Amino acid sequence: MQVTMIVNGERVTRDVEGRLLLVHFLRDHLALTGTHWGCDTSNCGACAVWLDGEPVKSCTVLAAMAAGHEVRTVEGLEQLGELDPIQRGFMHCHGLQCGFCTPGMLMTTRALLDSNPNPSEQEIREAISGQICRCTGYASIVRSVQWAAAEESGTRTSTVDPASVRSEPRSRERTADRP
Amino acid sequence: MTAAAGGRVTAFVDNDIRPVGRGRMLRKEDPRFIRGRGRFVDDLQLPGMLHLAILRAPIAHGRILSVDITAAEAHPKVKLVVTGVMLAERSLAWMPTLSGDVQAVLATDKVRFQGQEVAFVVAEDRYAARDALELIAVEYEQLPAVVDVRTALDRSAPVIRDDVEGKTDNHCFDWETGDKAATDAAFARADVAVSQEMVYPRVHPAPLETCGAVADYDAVDGTLTVWSTTQAPHAHRTLFAIVAGLPEHKIRVISPDIGGGFGNKVPIYPGYICAIVGSLLTGKPVKWTEDRSENLTSTAFARDYIMHGEIAATRDGKILAIRTNVLADHGAFNGVAAPTKYPAGFFGVFTGSYDIEAAHCAMTAVYTNKAPGGVAYSCSFRITEAVYLVERLVDCLAYELKMDPVELRLRNLIRPEQFPYTTKTGWVYDSGNYEPTLRAALRIADYEALRREQQDRRARGELMGIGVSFFTEAVGAGPRKDMDIMGLAMADGSELRIHPTGTAVLRVSCQTQGQGHETTFAQIVAEEIGIPPADIRVVHGDTDQTPFGLGTYGSRSTPVSGAAAALVARKVREKARLIASAMLEVSVADLVWEKGSFYVAGDPAASVTIRDIAMRAYGDLPDGIEGGLEAQVCYNPENLTNPNGAYICVVDVDPGTAVVTVRRFIAVDDCGVRINPMIVEGQVHGGLTDGVGMALMEMIAFDEDGNCLGGSLMDYLIPTALEVPDWETGFTETPSPHHPIGAKGVGESATVGSPPAVVNAVVDALRPYALRHVDMPLTPSRLWEAMSGNPRPPI
Repeated sequence: MQVTMIVNGERVTRDVEGRLLLVHFLRDHLALTGTHWGCDTSNCGACAVWLDGEPVKSCTVLAAMAAGHEVRTVEGLEQLGELDPIQRGFMHCHGLQCGFCTPGMLMTTRALLDSNPNPSEQEIREAISGQICRCTGYASIVRSVQWAAAEESGTRTSTVDPASVRSEPRSRERTADRP
Repeated sequence: MTAAAGGRVTAFVDNDIRPVGRGRMLRKEDPRFIRGRGRFVDDLQLPGMLHLAILRAPIAHGRILSVDITAAEAHPKVKLVVTGVMLAERSLAWMPTLSGDVQAVLATDKVRFQGQEVAFVVAEDRYAARDALELIAVEYEQLPAVVDVRTALDRSAPVIRDDVEGKTDNHCFDWETGDKAATDAAFARADVAVSQEMVYPRVHPAPLETCGAVADYDAVDGTLTVWSTTQAPHAHRTLFAIVAGLPEHKIRVISPDIGGGFGNKVPIYPGYICAIVGSLLTGKPVKWTEDRSENLTSTAFARDYIMHGEIAATRDGKILAIRTNVLADHGAFNGVAAPTKYPAGFFGVFTGSYDIEAAHCAMTAVYTNKAPGGVAYSCSFRITEAVYLVERLVDCLAYELKMDPVELRLRNLIRPEQFPYTTKTGWVYDSGNYEPTLRAALRIADYEALRREQQDRRARGELMGIGVSFFTEAVGAGPRKDMDIMGLAMADGSELRIHPTGTAVLRVSCQTQGQGHETTFAQIVAEEIGIPPADIRVVHGDTDQTPFGLGTYGSRSTPVSGAAAALVARKVREKARLIASAMLEVSVADLVWEKGSFYVAGDPAASVTIRDIAMRAYGDLPDGIEGGLEAQVCYNPENLTNPNGAYICVVDVDPGTAVVTVRRFIAVDDCGVRINPMIVEGQVHGGLTDGVGMALMEMIAFDEDGNCLGGSLMDYLIPTALEVPDWETGFTETPSPHHPIGAKGVGESATVGSPPAVVNAVVDALRPYALRHVDMPLTPSRLWEAMSGNPRPPI
């Protein structure tokens, strides 16, 4: 069957099997290999892309279901040679190690910031709770999103990263905050 | 600090001047990953490439009666179908494992675990290859499966490995360490002896990228290129040469970006061999990518030890001796990737961080109808199991002595003046200063306040627990006299070339899977030779481009390849000194090196930079000085290095649901000199998450027929962002005395040290229930049973 959709702003048309998954359509037919496949069961979120502005797991969406819709992948985050603040946040705060979950994490957290420009730590954790990262332990991903949020709202006044290596002083603050 | 604008990675200024251990140099790897331009094996598309899928055994133990591939071969998109019998005709049906056993590439006689490889299909696309698997008809005679490791050696147990001539039982190996007589004597005169059986269940590394390969055989010139998910490309090349009988100089193994390894990508898997055979037979590039279930059910698992531990002490808490009997489940084939002399890996460090009088371990390993493997999941060759054993035993002892577990540890930690410390099982710990590390963790946690809070909460009927662990790692294998895999010694090559314009390429044998080698190795060389890290490119993961070495596992990259990088830079610097002496017309003895320049002693104005020297190295040089500015070394470590750390975990257990919440986790690590503190912290964070996962939720379970119950991420649970806290880290720094820059390695420290801290915390929370031990995984249902007075081992 023939499917037509907008991918990262470009109109694409391909002949595909009806059963073809969107993740394989993107990877094998469009060579957009930034979207990864990791589990089969919608648990890991390495395949997260946007469908009409909403994050979806492309391993559980048929290419045919995306026909007539707009898809955005990690390759579409950088605009006119400018990285999206969320991409810069992940670099600045060590929000990635092996890089395999990163595209999915970026798409989900970009969507989070679009709907909630100043998310709390808990809101960030909930937003990425449908995704697995085996490397970072998530704390630095949380910091990366906070970095991007501050960058976008212009509240990051200092050039020093909020995420600079923390140990004792920060722990004391945490203890004090605790009920 | 310079801001990174528009995605341009800018090294911080202080990283150029003092590249090691300062600031947060951003990673060189990140610009490609954040753009979705990583290069993972499955991303590769070659002209004419075919796709391979593997048919796997649906049962755990059974004789293959027939395999009918006619219908599969008739599929219009299928190019090739191969069975075990067809491989046997080419002597390819069996391959050596990394521990001297053999493993079936495709089963010929029997299947020995559920998920074992039985046949493969090569087709035009990945969907067609999967379709054709459905068309293969295999008839099995089902045999009783050996699932319970405790009865695997019974006379009545069916023999799994009847492929081995004369094999009449499921015995895999026995192993012993320590001094039995001395240990028994210490126990005999101890005031207190505590024994505890504990299970470290089978878990799985489950890297987010599954295993896979693209094999491309060029029949004209006889070259084979294999892109594969391997943590050890050079070792794999040698093994491919042995298995496939191809000349090694015509094999090139490329390990591109790897989506996490954690030990899962050390062994050779049948899928790699199938892809090679597929390409040999079709003459086309062949891609194999396993799915998640294949990864979880057939590739290297970890742990699976039943440990009976005993600890002896005086009444006032001086630990005298530790002994243990271990029953190890090695699955259907012994696929452990441990050094040859160490069938139980480095489990011998089970005496932990304590100065004791005697220790003994006796281990029996058996075959079962489960997937092969054994050493994986960031365990530093079984140190995870060893540290869990000793740290749980110490807590059990504290429980019996009614002593605070911190106080008990402080009384027994090896003292700084005792280093280098030889343990009672013969390991030499290179350096350590344990007490300040433990005290730093206590300070960050505010331990006293936590204990007071716990008392208040207990009075209100709440279950709050505080768990402490102190671990000593042993990482950076070799030395080569002690450590090899299949005769390949654990020493690492490194090569450095400085180009005429003063930029450099470093080639290393190890392979990053997210550890950031492209960044940290550039920092090491920058520190030694004065070229900014941004001007140093690190090449790795390609056997044609890099010198030989044993790869990245057991936290060995920084201790071994990192040392090689520092030493090769020093070797180049000595060559540069010769050239500088010619340029400045003074003797080499009169030259002083200072961060990127040589100057004449007493006349600092007379100086040349490494950049000046590089250009001259390729220009006119005096007679007797060889041109070029490059060197190669092969570093053979003198000893292992011993990172260590103190971890404190704070949990709340819901008395109504038995759900555990990890409220806080404090980790103070001493990994010697830290090259890139940001990356070190990230390594610790990841390992802590692994540890919480293993303690609370991860387990590969089997039913009584040997069906794997953890075959998807819906069944095999991995922590998400909601199950782990914001980590609180701290660091102390005791350099390794024998590593050229004092680094020790850190990749697995947190995975090793955190599980006992979590379990100790949960058991501490359950003090009102008078439980001394509960086995992992501490799932709500298992914990509920324990709280109801019925604690059960998971197997």
